[in-house]
Amino acid sequence: MAEYKLMKGNEALAEAAIQAGCDAYFGYPITPQSEVLEYLAREMPKYDRIVMQAESEVASINMVYGAAGAGFRTMTTSSSPGISLMQEGISYMAGAELPCLIVNVNRAGPGLGTIQPGQGDYFQSVKGGGHGDYKLIVLAPASVQEMADMVFLGFDLADKYRNPVLMLSDGAIGQMMEKVQFKPYDRPVVDKSSWATTGKPKTRKRNYITSLFIQPERMEEHNLKLEEKFKLIRENEVRFEEINTADAEYLFVAYGLSARICQKAMDIAREKGIRIGLFRPITLYPYPYARLNELASQVRMMLSVELNSGQMVEDVRLAVNGKVPVEFYGKMGGMMPTPEDIVHHLETLIQFHHAN
Amino acid sequence: MPTEEQVLPETLQELNKPECHDEEYDMVYHKPHTMVDVHMHYCPGCAHSLVHKLIMEVVEEMDIQEQTIGVAPVGCSVFAYDYMDIDMQEAAHGRACAVATGIKRLMPEKYVFTYQGDGDLAAIGIGETLHAINRGENILIVFMNNAVYGMTSGQMAPTTLPGMHTTTSPDGRDVSYYGAPIKVSELMAQLPGAIYVTRQAVNSANGVRRTKKALQNAFKYQQLKKGTCLVEIIGNCPSNWKMTPLEASKFIDEEMVKTFPLGDIKVPKAAETNNA
Ligand SMILES: Cc1ncc(C[n+]2csc(CCOP(=O)(O)OP(=O)(O)O)c2C)c(N)n1
Ligand code: SF4
Ligand SMILES: [Mg+2]
Repeated sequence: MAEYKLMKGNEALAEAAIQAGCDAYFGYPITPQSEVLEYLAREMPKYDRIVMQAESEVASINMVYGAAGAGFRTMTTSSSPGISLMQEGISYMAGAELPCLIVNVNRAGPGLGTIQPGQGDYFQSVKGGGHGDYKLIVLAPASVQEMADMVFLGFDLADKYRNPVLMLSDGAIGQMMEKVQFKPYDRPVVDKSSWATTGKPKTRKRNYITSLFIQPERMEEHNLKLEEKFKLIRENEVRFEEINTADAEYLFVAYGLSARICQKAMDIAREKGIRIGLFRPITLYPYPYARLNELASQVRMMLSVELNSGQMVEDVRLAVNGKVPVEFYGKMGGMMPTPEDIVHHLETLIQFHHAN
Repeated sequence: MPTEEQVLPETLQELNKPECHDEEYDMVYHKPHTMVDVHMHYCPGCAHSLVHKLIMEVVEEMDIQEQTIGVAPVGCSVFAYDYMDIDMQEAAHGRACAVATGIKRLMPEKYVFTYQGDGDLAAIGIGETLHAINRGENILIVFMNNAVYGMTSGQMAPTTLPGMHTTTSPDGRDVSYYGAPIKVSELMAQLPGAIYVTRQAVNSANGVRRTKKALQNAFKYQQLKKGTCLVEIIGNCPSNWKMTPLEASKFIDEEMVKTFPLGDIKVPKAAETNNA
């Protein structure tokens, strides 16, 4: 049994990257995730791995592109403004089918915003962010343990699908300390020799990494190939967690930090006799539409709780497709709702829907 | 009109392929085997095709095809991987030096080069270029300076000559408005990370020879692991200069070299090159 350690989310993430065999890390300081670069700057050289503070997030993501294109396990992390800067590179990586792990320790925005946690980057993460038709696999941790676990999972999924994976965390989970355990890890064997640019021997054709397909017919062919891949991802990689849904009459839908707050709110509401459950998407792409739609046949109302102005609620509504009312409760600007706030809002909504 | 007995070539490609009967003639010159045997899309008289060939000749002569990885960012030469028979990566506009850093840091024993235009290197990507050189990345930067944005049809570049007409400086580059052309090589040579900086042109037989020599040096210096090599090449872009290839060659001799004088700007100290 691996021992438990008390760690910050950002440090657990960094340690997990080392244990997952991350060959190279490129990053640029930004609060609230600078601990990742600091931890790796200290630890990576001990393992003869590459760690580099780049001159910008634009450079970071393109260094990741180069290293990933040469077949190496590569990661970058940042927070919201830095992730915005990376969008061109992320789009290129998705287009060129390069595996990598990108972590966004989300802070509240827009603009420079604040360094307090937020979930305002949901749309950017799951609906595109960069240009063109592509998808990232998006994982949403709700604990320090998950910030570590999702590094292993993220790298594996990236390799499996040759696609960038984004971990969408937030400033609270990145900064808080919790116990975390590093389980033994079996790294899947992946053969990258058919595409990685490691130098062309006489025995094979040249490998090249590109997202350029100048003829529309070839571009369309490539788009369709990518769509096939995203379909496969949607079919196989949906992950979510359900708590108290078996007898639920109402449902909280929340990811990451807001799911943590909802868990407390659920306990309070249940004590008051409200039969409410919690549905937590773990993958934000692919989104668990099908299961939410099933649950819509069972519950009377869903409440999406987010640290933004209402972004994921649009996906909940898509999933529910009008079967039951889908409401939204959120806080912005790095402000946190208390569990009591949420329960109060829930009670008001129940009364309102009852009256109607 | 072809007669019935004549066998028609299947494709234009085949029709245009120069024939060579090795048994009947002594081959005195051939295209390097490190190049893909296809037609290039470059305009007639364009420097890109020639410089591609020079790089691939050096790779062939040094027998480093298996150890060489190229990076070509957006610009007319983004298709370089269609022509160079080596492993390559396309890069976003301006980001070649960051991509090359990622490759070289993970594979320090390989030869890594970027092939960048002046819009790419001197405008949108000057930050990545400067920092890569400042870190002394052991890469070769081939800098194709044709004083315009070729691929997007001839807009002004940071290297456009004073008074030079482009589609976005229709009355000629106004230095009081846009500043003077950036002398990238002189600027970058200031950085301790740069070990070899030279500016050449390929508009004459001698220039081609000197350029090849510069590329040979630069590939060899990569073995030193002492820093970045920057080979700037004044490139002809007859299409966007609205000139014939011959006029373009003359324009380099008469105008371009006034702003961009040719020759070595920084060479490694003798001691450092001993074991190269
Ligand atoms: C982010 C971004 N901005 C603009 C472009 C459009 N673009 C493509 S190539 C190019 C300029 C190329 O000029 P240069 O680097 O000098 O290369 P040349 O074609 O002259 O060899 C531009 C602006 C792009 N591809 N990406
Ligand atoms: S536009 Fe200029 S740089 Fe581009 S291929 Fe034509 S001549 Fe060469
Ligand atoms: Mg140019």
